[in-house]
Amino acid sequence: MNSPLTSVTLFHVGPVPITLPVVVTWAIMALLVLGGRLLTRKLSLVPSKTQAAFELIVDTVDSQIRETMRVEPGPYRAFIGTLFVFIFVANWSSLVPGVEPPTAHLETDAALALLVFVAVIWFGIRAVGMKGYLATFAFPSPIMIPLNFLESLTRTFSLLVRLFGNVMSGVFVIGIILSLAGLLVPIPLMALDLLTGAVQAYIFAILAMVFIAGVVSEGQPEPTPNLAPNPRTLP
Amino acid sequence: MNWLALASEGRAVAAAMDAIARQPESASTISRTLFVGLAMIETMAIYCLVIALLLLFANPLLKLTP
Repeated sequence: MNSPLTSVTLFHVGPVPITLPVVVTWAIMALLVLGGRLLTRKLSLVPSKTQAAFELIVDTVDSQIRETMRVEPGPYRAFIGTLFVFIFVANWSSLVPGVEPPTAHLETDAALALLVFVAVIWFGIRAVGMKGYLATFAFPSPIMIPLNFLESLTRTFSLLVRLFGNVMSGVFVIGIILSLAGLLVPIPLMALDLLTGAVQAYIFAILAMVFIAGVVSEGQPEPTPNLAPNPRTLP
Repeated sequence: MNWLALASEGRAVAAAMDAIARQPESASTISRTLFVGLAMIETMAIYCLVIALLLLFANPLLKLTP
């Protein structure tokens, strides 16, 4: 039985070993970037069927951000949307035969969790300034400074372990069942694995939103529902 | 520890069902909060698995003893 903590080295670029999950990550990145380029090449105000379908995804991300963070989704759409779409595609990449999802390895998840850690600081400083961001550490009272500081580290770690544990356990269980029972038996488990993958992508994005919102939400106006018509479009 | 996670997940889902039955119009908010909460509880159970695999495959204690 192979350890889930190690990964296969394919080749070396100079002194840097390039492992299989990294190559799969590159393939997913290329797929997403090229797909996004192709889809946004011919945007029109009256959307075609494909454009309407993908606008639905963007709309869903927007409404989730609006509901969870209680701010306008503009600055966060790109980051949260990319996180969700990447993790979703990565988790479901196990549908391709012979591909192991890159999120089943510790390094990919560590990179994603570090991105969230940096994004909290970045968005926090951008929204409330350096002073305001540092003040969030002393939020209820200055006694909480060590705990809040520790929390910002441990929640990053728990993001990493959550995604890694869920995806890796799916892959691991399928491997064990396959070696015990044989062909076609693990198919229900693979279906369950797809469900877990989708839910975990959602959870990761939601938690990233919650962490960012915890820093940003002070001093931002509440989102106004689109009830009032835009004055420029009125006759 | 896994039975703790199981028991608390059951309680959380039961409470969410109660809340949705009482206020069906807020089902989307409740289920979103439920999902996040369930993920938190699930992480506790997953930690056990990760620790077990660490002990199996990358045991730091074995390296200490010659």
